[in-house]
Amino acid sequence: MIEILGKTNVDFMGRRKIAFVCSGIMVALGLLALVQIARGAANLGIDFAGGTAVQLKFDQPVRTDEARAALERNNLDGAEIQEFVAENKLLIRVKAATTIEEKVADRVVAIFSKEFPSKTLVVESSTEIGPTIGHKLQEDALIAILISFAGIILYIAARFEFRFGVAAAVATFHDVLAVLGLFYALDKEVTLLVVTALLTLAGYSLTDTVVVFDRIRENLRVRRRDGLEIIINNSINQVLSRTIVTSLTVVLVLIPLTLAGGEVLHDFSLALLWGVVVGTYSSIFVASPLLVIWPGGAGKLLKRG
Amino acid sequence: MKKVGGRFTLLAVVVVLSVAFFLPSYPAVFQTLPPWLKKVFPNKGIALGLDLQGGIHLVLEVEEDRAVEIAVDRSVNAMQDLLADKKIAGASVKRTANAQITLAFQSADLKAQIQKALEDFPAFSENAAAGTAATLVYELSDGEIKRIKDSAINQALETIRNRIDQFGVAEPLIQRQGLKQIVVQLPGIKEPKRAKDLIKETALLEFKMLDESNKLSADLPQRVLKGQEDAILKQYEGKIPEGDQILFEKSLDKDSGREYRTPYLVKKRVMLAGDVLSDARVSIGQFNDPYVAVTFDAKGAREFERITEEHVKKRMAIVLDNTIYSAPVIQERISGGRAQITGSFTTQEANDLAIVLRAGALPAPLRVIQDLTVGPSLGRDSIEKGIQSTLFAGVVVVLFMAVYYRLSGVIADFALTLNLICLIGSLAALNATLTLPGIAGIILTMGMGVDSNVLIFERIREELRQGKPVRLAVDGGYDKALLTIIDSHVTTLITGLALFLFGTGPIKGFAVTLCLGIAINLFTALVGTKVVFDVMNRHRQTERLSI
Repeated sequence: MIEILGKTNVDFMGRRKIAFVCSGIMVALGLLALVQIARGAANLGIDFAGGTAVQLKFDQPVRTDEARAALERNNLDGAEIQEFVAENKLLIRVKAATTIEEKVADRVVAIFSKEFPSKTLVVESSTEIGPTIGHKLQEDALIAILISFAGIILYIAARFEFRFGVAAAVATFHDVLAVLGLFYALDKEVTLLVVTALLTLAGYSLTDTVVVFDRIRENLRVRRRDGLEIIINNSINQVLSRTIVTSLTVVLVLIPLTLAGGEVLHDFSLALLWGVVVGTYSSIFVASPLLVIWPGGAGKLLKRG
Repeated sequence: MKKVGGRFTLLAVVVVLSVAFFLPSYPAVFQTLPPWLKKVFPNKGIALGLDLQGGIHLVLEVEEDRAVEIAVDRSVNAMQDLLADKKIAGASVKRTANAQITLAFQSADLKAQIQKALEDFPAFSENAAAGTAATLVYELSDGEIKRIKDSAINQALETIRNRIDQFGVAEPLIQRQGLKQIVVQLPGIKEPKRAKDLIKETALLEFKMLDESNKLSADLPQRVLKGQEDAILKQYEGKIPEGDQILFEKSLDKDSGREYRTPYLVKKRVMLAGDVLSDARVSIGQFNDPYVAVTFDAKGAREFERITEEHVKKRMAIVLDNTIYSAPVIQERISGGRAQITGSFTTQEANDLAIVLRAGALPAPLRVIQDLTVGPSLGRDSIEKGIQSTLFAGVVVVLFMAVYYRLSGVIADFALTLNLICLIGSLAALNATLTLPGIAGIILTMGMGVDSNVLIFERIREELRQGKPVRLAVDGGYDKALLTIIDSHVTTLITGLALFLFGTGPIKGFAVTLCLGIAINLFTALVGTKVVFDVMNRHRQTERLSI
């Protein structure tokens, strides 16, 4: 039997104060990101903010500063240019509310054809999104998030008890905020795909929390004499090897996706990768301690136990 | 002793069905099958999303207010004709607001006469409060405005459908979305720009007379460089006689490659519009230059004959979307209902013009509010990378499981493979569209599949550590892990369903694979692997378990 961990007996609950400080920092950063998004000051993808993105592939390399100079010479300011060096690709993004009327995509292509006549280019993709659609998408994403949260709290409250539901929801929200905060700190774009990743990791983090809670519930029923803190500590230690193995396999899957999944999947995988790490941490250090510090003490599971 | 025969049969049926549904999506193998066998298979399969095969996704909005204005303008013309017919002179008819027409006349005693005549326009009702002794104000009713807007969208939908049909695109999707939006999806298209132009062109064809009697007509410059149009319009602002407008004709100087515009003074009155066309074809003229030959329907032919008869030796402008294509002099009465649209265009442009003329005009201009275009090369790139990284990730996980859990890990790998086959099979059965986020969803499901097995195996190990015999440990492990697996799957399923119901586009694709994957996962993890363990433990009392 190969084992990464043998029988462990770590005092997780005793370290909850340190954990709360770490979580506090991550959540604060996440909240800041959320506020910035609401204010429109965050780096929102054009699928949310509206605008134009054109991806060009050249037969010879074009440097970012050359490209920027060319665009500015032709009165196209404020474009963001991202370079994929290995493939001679440029991604040009123009965020603006009114672009759709002006056909910015055509203008960008025309400028590059004119300014770099010796280099042939292929338009790999172009995206134009009007501001109304972006707004609708923001709303849709928000509704999807709220609905799934409500559903999850209800389900867990029904299967366990109310505070388990709240603790799981708080832990999940913590993870979403942590990833959002990371994206904000790295100035990564929040696109529709990133939001998909956020929802996925919410699902993953929940699974993780549910596994821990399940064991706590089981132990609460069997072991009547031990205190809540000891039971929770034991439960976490019992499922720890599962937690580590699963997280490890998911990380193993995500690393190749992050590194080689292509530009489209990169940010998606990065969000998930960080989400898995934080999700594992939060079921141990956020969701479980919340059960301990929940005011009022005994719920129906405890009374029975 | 548990029965395993029934569960084995179930597994076998599921696998066979999955393969049957998936095969049509894999032409390399499917095409080699004999024809009689091909008929047995369901013939669709998984479609590739735009991000994987390239193509266009457009969301268009009909400019409804313009549709109303255009309809009202047409009524203005009709009212003018009517007043002329009834010999009511000295009255001017103008559209003064979006859905409002004002008639001004010199003598107040005309008022009753005009009111009587306008009873022929039941869609309009008089707004007595807005009128004066010398003016009458008519407005379109709200119901009529709504009807015009509604039919504008339906007509636009129909027109776009016609145009795309004639352009020739495999499996286009053209549908109404919400109140005033139209979604157009053209997968795998090779010339995205041309297709977009074709869709967006209003293609309103009009025949109008030049106003050569006015002095201004001679004053206009011969030609100006492209881009000077606004300057010309500004220069002559206020000098243009009422009922006239300046329109431009495009021309290209082949030697210098410069584009020019020739301004003409044109009467606003539409003599004949494109809705009377019955056909439009490209022909090649005597100088090898392409032109579009149009044929009028019976009513159009009569009208055209009458107009040409009345205007011999005068110039008629052929105007498409407010640009003059040509302004020939009418030499003689033209009967037979045929006309030619010449102009400096390439064969392809002439071809596209013929398509839009045949398909009919849009009732109003369209505004593009979303435009996603993916070139075919990026799609191929994405698919390769997606498959490569999926395969790589798969191999890593399979190896890890086999090393960590040994024989039991191999059994889990078998379940994982089963999982993948079923997932792809059911996607094919649903004729789902596979997108990049969809591939990500598949990978995530695989991860969850691994997790279920890890949960079970860790539980079995715990039971074994407590000294239980193998069979009891396996059963106990499955039983105890069951609740956890169900709870964790249901919570993820809730997320997946919320995404499916409220997400759009790529998010939906992700949600579909996620929800399907979770359901299949429950099946393979709880039935698929358990049946193997049960078979292993059936006949002899197993002493040790490779886990």
